[in-house]
Formats: sequence, C-alpha cells, structure tokens
Amino acid sequence: MNGFKIIVLAKQVPDTRNVGKDAMKEDGTVNRAVLPAIFNPEDLNALELALQVKDKYPDSEVIILTMGPPRAADIIREAIYRGADKGYLITDRRFAGSDTLATSYAISQAVKKIGDFDLIFAGRQAIDGDTAQVGPQAAEKVGIPQITYAEELISVEKEKITIKRRLENGVETVAAPMPVLITVHGSAPDCRPRHAKRLMKYKYALTKTEMKDADDLRKELVEKRPYLLIEEWSVDDIGADVKWLGLSGSPTKVKKVENIVLAAKEAKQIDTSDEQLEEFIKELIENHTIG
Amino acid sequence: MRNVFVYCELEDNNVADVSLELLTKGKDLAGQLGVQLEAIVIGSGLENIGAQIFKYGADTVYVADDKRLSPYTTLPHTSIVTGLLKEHNPQIVLFGATSIGRDIAPRVASAMRCGLTADCTSLVIGDHYVKKTDTTYKNLLYQIRPAFGGNIIATIINPDMHPQMATVRQGVMKKEVFDENHQGEVKKVKVADYVKDEDFVIEIIERHIEKSKVNLGASPIIVAGGYGVGSKENFDLLYQLADVLGAEVGGSRAAVDAGYIEHERQIGQTGVTVRPKLYIACGISGAVQHRVGMDQSAMIVSINTDEHAPINSIADYNIHGDLNEVIPKLIKFYKKNTK
Repeated sequence: MNGFKIIVLAKQVPDTRNVGKDAMKEDGTVNRAVLPAIFNPEDLNALELALQVKDKYPDSEVIILTMGPPRAADIIREAIYRGADKGYLITDRRFAGSDTLATSYAISQAVKKIGDFDLIFAGRQAIDGDTAQVGPQAAEKVGIPQITYAEELISVEKEKITIKRRLENGVETVAAPMPVLITVHGSAPDCRPRHAKRLMKYKYALTKTEMKDADDLRKELVEKRPYLLIEEWSVDDIGADVKWLGLSGSPTKVKKVENIVLAAKEAKQIDTSDEQLEEFIKELIENHTIG
Repeated sequence: MRNVFVYCELEDNNVADVSLELLTKGKDLAGQLGVQLEAIVIGSGLENIGAQIFKYGADTVYVADDKRLSPYTTLPHTSIVTGLLKEHNPQIVLFGATSIGRDIAPRVASAMRCGLTADCTSLVIGDHYVKKTDTTYKNLLYQIRPAFGGNIIATIINPDMHPQMATVRQGVMKKEVFDENHQGEVKKVKVADYVKDEDFVIEIIERHIEKSKVNLGASPIIVAGGYGVGSKENFDLLYQLADVLGAEVGGSRAAVDAGYIEHERQIGQTGVTVRPKLYIACGISGAVQHRVGMDQSAMIVSINTDEHAPINSIADYNIHGDLNEVIPKLIKFYKKNTK
C-alpha cells in the first residue's frame, strides 16, 4: 500500500472557555447541561496533521477514535465531514470515572484492536482537564515512542516522519521511525473546514445506539449504505480488563471539590473621576508601591 | 524508608529554577513525613551537579551522566527514571510542569501504573478516611489544582497505587536554600543497566532554544489584561502604562487565546505564576486559573466595567470604569505627581 494507516485520538469536551454564570449549580457542582459539547480544539489540529499526511499519500486511511458517552458520535461525524475515512466510538458505562491512566489503557486496547497502524495523532491536551497525559500514557501502553507538542509536519517518508515541536522556550525538529504517537500543539495549522460533498454523503451516519431512536427512513438508509454505520466498541469489544477501568482502574481519586467562593475583602472603590484617580495614584506613590 | 523524589531538569547544565522550587517543596514534605529527599539528574557532563542540589536539602542525588542523554529525549530518560523508582519505591515523585516534565511524567506514571496530577497549585500532607471500609490512610499527598475551566478547586489523592506523582509549574512553589552546608551523597547511575539502544530512536535534527525575553516572575509591577481589553490595539494602552511605571505586561488565558497578547506573557495556572508588589488587572474577570497565578501579589488593583467581576473580591482597589478612559488618566496623574 502506498499510504499510511493513521489513527487520530479525539475527545468531546464541554466548552470550558465560555463558561457563563449558570455553569455552576447551587450545590457547587458543574452544570454540564448548559455547557456546549465541542470537538476538543487541539484534537482538530491533530486531525489536520493527519489529513496533511493523507494529502501527500492519498492511499492513507485516517481513522478517528474517541471515547465518551453515545453523543460523542458527533465528534466522529465532524471528523468524517472534514476528511477522516471512518471512526470508532468507545462507549460503555463501565468506563465512567476513568482518570487519565484508565482512559489511556482503554484507548491503547482499542488502538491494538485497530492494529497495524503507522501513526497516531492526538491533541496535546483537552480543555476540560488540561493534563496532557493521555497521549504519552497511551504511547507507553501501546509500546511506541512519542513526539509531543507537534507544530508542523516537516516531511513524511516511508517509515519515517519529521516533526517540528513547539517547546516553552523554542522549537525542536525531530525525526522518528514509525509507528509513533504524536501529540499536537494548538500552534499547528487550523483544521480544514467541512467538505460539502462529504457532509452530504455522511450526514446520516449513525451509531447503533442512535439507530434505536432514528426514524424508519433513516434506519433503512443506514442499512442500505453500510458506510453510514459508525461502529461502537464496548469494554468487551476491546478486550479490556474492567479492573483497570473506571474508578477501580484509576489511581487518582477526587477527595474534595470546592466551588470557588471568594472571601470578600475590604476593597477601596474608585470611580473614573479625576479627583478619585489622582488620589489613588498619590496613595500608591506615598506608600512606595510605585514611583 | 519511602522517600520523596524530585526529577531535576537542566538548563545549560544548571538545575532549572522549577526543579529547585520542587526540591524546596520536596524538602518540606520530606520533613513532615520524616523521610529523606532524593533527586534524579540525567544529562551529560554533570561532574559538579551535586553542589547545586545539596544545599536545597537533597540527601541523595542519582546522576545519570552520558553523552547520549543530552539534550533530553523521552525514552532514555523515562527508562532511567522508571528503573530508579522501581528500585527505590518512593512515596512521592515531583516533576516540573514544563515541556520536558509534561512529556516524561505521564510516560513514567503509565509504566509505574500510578496516578499523576498535572499542574498542582498546592501540595499538602493529610489523612484520608474511607467510610465504606473504615480505613484511614495516613499522610497522603493532597494534590490541589483548579479543574474544569477553573470553576472548581479539586483535591486529588492516590490512596493505593503509589508513588504519588504530581507536576507543578515554574513559580508556583518558592525556591529557598535549605542549608548552604548541607551535604548529600552522589550515586552514579550505570546508564547501560537502564537504557536500551532502542530508546534512542528519536533523532533530534535541529534545536532552537531561546532564553525568554519576558521575565514576568522578576518584575515588581505587572500590568495585566484580559479578554475585556477587547483588542490587540487596546493592549497598547497597557504597554504605555507599563512603560511609565517600569512594569511588565501580562495577560490572562482568554486574552492569549483571543490573540491579544503572546503566550509567553500568560499568567495563571497554565502560564506563569507571579508575586509582584503591584498587580494591575485590566479587563480581567478573574477565573480561578488566573487568580492562582497572581493572588499572592502584595497589592491588587482591578480596573473593570463589571462591578461583580470575581477578581474584584481579591482586589485592594476596584476602579469601576472603562480602561480606555482610566489608563490615560492614570498615566497623566502619575507623570504629574512624580515630577
């Protein structure tokens, strides 16, 4: 084959960047219902780098892999509209409560099931946790090297990929043999938009779970066109041991969650009048804070 | 004895500040637990590295010195750290939340099958009681960090699967010499016993590392802007104010994400942590991830049109108004009163 088998790891996340006043419930827990669910931003950068490899080697196959509740199928459809070939949704109640270690175990099992891949791309981190741990942990569990913080695809040849990395204080260009897992930084190129023809072709794609609630017409359509069925994998499908999943497989436990309550402090209130602002500046100069 | 370990990063063969901060915190934790502090340093040409580390209280330094170990690459460093942790079975391991620390720590945690908490803003020793089994876990590491977009503060623990590992950003912990005369033992690591040839599969073709031009951590006055500044152009006003006050300019994550200001100036949990004498927050609402990066400032001034912005509750002065009106007046009155 004159192409590569590429897996892209992606996550559906609550949009924590635009948290409004109603994001927290009165009891101090997060009100997920009001937060829109989005494609984790850096996972879109990861998808773009994967599609760039496919641009160069059109026989490549880009497979999107996500883990989450049934509605995370949205991520797979979105990735397919933008150019991914197909996707798998890992979904099972027994995954609930998984921390990054348990999540990376589940992902590594799914990756092994897909098998025979050359490259894995993943966003550097997800905006709901910002941990940047699942990528490297999945690489370790699959037993392949990792390149973190990719910013640019420099070249890709048979069995070797060259990547420019974004570090906190500079850049580094590295070459790695395949297979390798690459986490992608937000400074990498933005993902290309949806492709109109692909949108038309795949907008009726459904998972089995979604099929249950679909109308007859749509069911019929998916049955007639098998490429519209998005495959779902359970714990058993990926051959995972439940001991390493969910709460039991997660070494980290949340002991306590505190809603942010700010201790009110006596603050001086100042308006925009010249008198008050000049008085404020004089005060800072007098107590040697400035000047 | 199950000790506290710190993975030390190097910058031009000097121990990085973030690692010295972790050694300081690690010494404090080790003291509370009645155990020793140990450090791991991996690189090349490290004959005198012990001297830099012992005064921060380390009792042992494991030094892996080999030409092939510098600059850092993931696999050989992971193999050495994992090997040492398996041999010495520490209870706590700390890494910097840096490009290197965030690359190696998850890989090590996965190999050790232990927990890892990223970007902690506080580390505290405490107990944990589990009602169901009527078990008390003594002296766990509370790993405290903002979570979920900063709307909550979570305390994370790893009761069973040890070591307890955490990463911490530079500037979050204080760096303090424990004792100039404190001496420890250098233990040379036989690199070949830990590292396989296959660990060197990643080839570094080119590196371009620059010293950061911005030094927010060292600036006594910081003028910071948030999403409320409104545009990149409006940030010029902040630079003008900073210029007359001799200050540095920083920004919140929202301002960085909006492209108003460069990433290296980001203040907060996922940026730098600062403790200036004066912090002027302009159009910053003050999500907790931002506040954990600046709430130790000696004096906080908030300029905001929203009276109810969360940052106002930790500020010493609240100026209610549009920064486009307020900042030029502040500059004018400063010049007038300092002549």
